[in-house]
Amino acid sequence: MSVSITVGAYGVAFGAAAVANGFTVLQSCLLSLLTFSGASQFAVIGVIGAGGSALSGIATASLLGVRNALYGVIMAPRLQVKGLKRVIAAQVTIDESTGVALGQEPRGVDAMRKGFWYTGIGVFVFWNLFTLAGALGAQAMGDIRAFGLDSAVPAAFLGLVWPRLTGNFERVLAVGCAIFAIAMTPILPAGLPIIATAFIAIAVGLKR
Amino acid sequence: MTIFWIATIGTSLMAFLLKYSGHSVPERWLTHPKIQKINALIPIALLSALVSVQSFSEKSTLMIDQRLVGLLVAIIALILKAPFPIVVLSAAVSSAAVYNWL
Repeated sequence: MSVSITVGAYGVAFGAAAVANGFTVLQSCLLSLLTFSGASQFAVIGVIGAGGSALSGIATASLLGVRNALYGVIMAPRLQVKGLKRVIAAQVTIDESTGVALGQEPRGVDAMRKGFWYTGIGVFVFWNLFTLAGALGAQAMGDIRAFGLDSAVPAAFLGLVWPRLTGNFERVLAVGCAIFAIAMTPILPAGLPIIATAFIAIAVGLKR
Repeated sequence: MTIFWIATIGTSLMAFLLKYSGHSVPERWLTHPKIQKINALIPIALLSALVSVQSFSEKSTLMIDQRLVGLLVAIIALILKAPFPIVVLSAAVSSAAVYNWL
C-alpha cells in the first residue's frame, strides 16, 4: 500500500515534469508505458528540458537503466520464464519488483516470484495511471513555476539519490559530481556535463 | 520527427533492451564485483548532477532563483526522514510561494 502511494506520487511528479519540460501528454505516457523506469524517465526529460540533445538524453537514461539489466540477471534464474512471459518479466524488472522479490528470499522461490509479479504489475498500473494524471494536470497549469514544478524535478532527483548515500565515500562522490556538472554547464553542450559524471563514477569504481 | 519523439522512442528501446539482456545473458557476465561497484556508483553520479543542473541553470546559463529554496526545503525534509511525496510536495510548495509572493 505504501509502495502504491509512493509510486503514485512519483508518477504524478513525472507526468507533470515531462509536460513541463516540453513533452506532450502522449509522449509522457509512452515513456511510462515503454521505458517504465523512473530514474531513466526523469533523466531523459531533465536532459532534454535543459536543452540537451536527444542522444545525450537517451545516453543518460540508458546509463541509469543498466541496473535493470543487473536485476534481470538476479531474477532470471528464479523466475524461469520463456517467450512472451520473459518479455513481460523483463519490462517489469525494476527497483521495486526486484527489491520486494529479494525481500521474500527467506520464504522460498515461490514467494519471490509472487512478490516480483505482484509488485511489478501493480507498480506498472499505478505508475501509468498517475503519469497520465500528472501530465494532464501540468498541461492545464500554464506557468509551471507558479506551481513549483520547476523545483519538483530536482527534488525528485534528490529523493532518488538520497537513500543511496550510505557512506562518506558516496556523499563525497555525490557532491563532487553535482559541483562538476554545474561548473561545466556554461562550457559544455547541454546534457554532456551530466553524462560526464557517469565516467567519473566508472573511473572511481575501477580504482576502488 | 521532433527531438521529443526521438528521445521518447530511443529511451524506451534502450530501456527494454537493457532489461531483456539481463534476463538473457549468462549470469557470470554481469556479476563481476567491479561491475557491481560501478553500477552502484553511476546512479549516484548522474542523479547528483541532475539535481544541481536542474536547480541552478536554465539552458547553459547559471542562475539562482526560487528553485534554491525548493532544494533547501527538500534537503531539510529528507534529513527529517520525510517520505518521497512529502519531499517533492514541500519543495514545490515552497518554491511556488517564493515565485508568487517574493
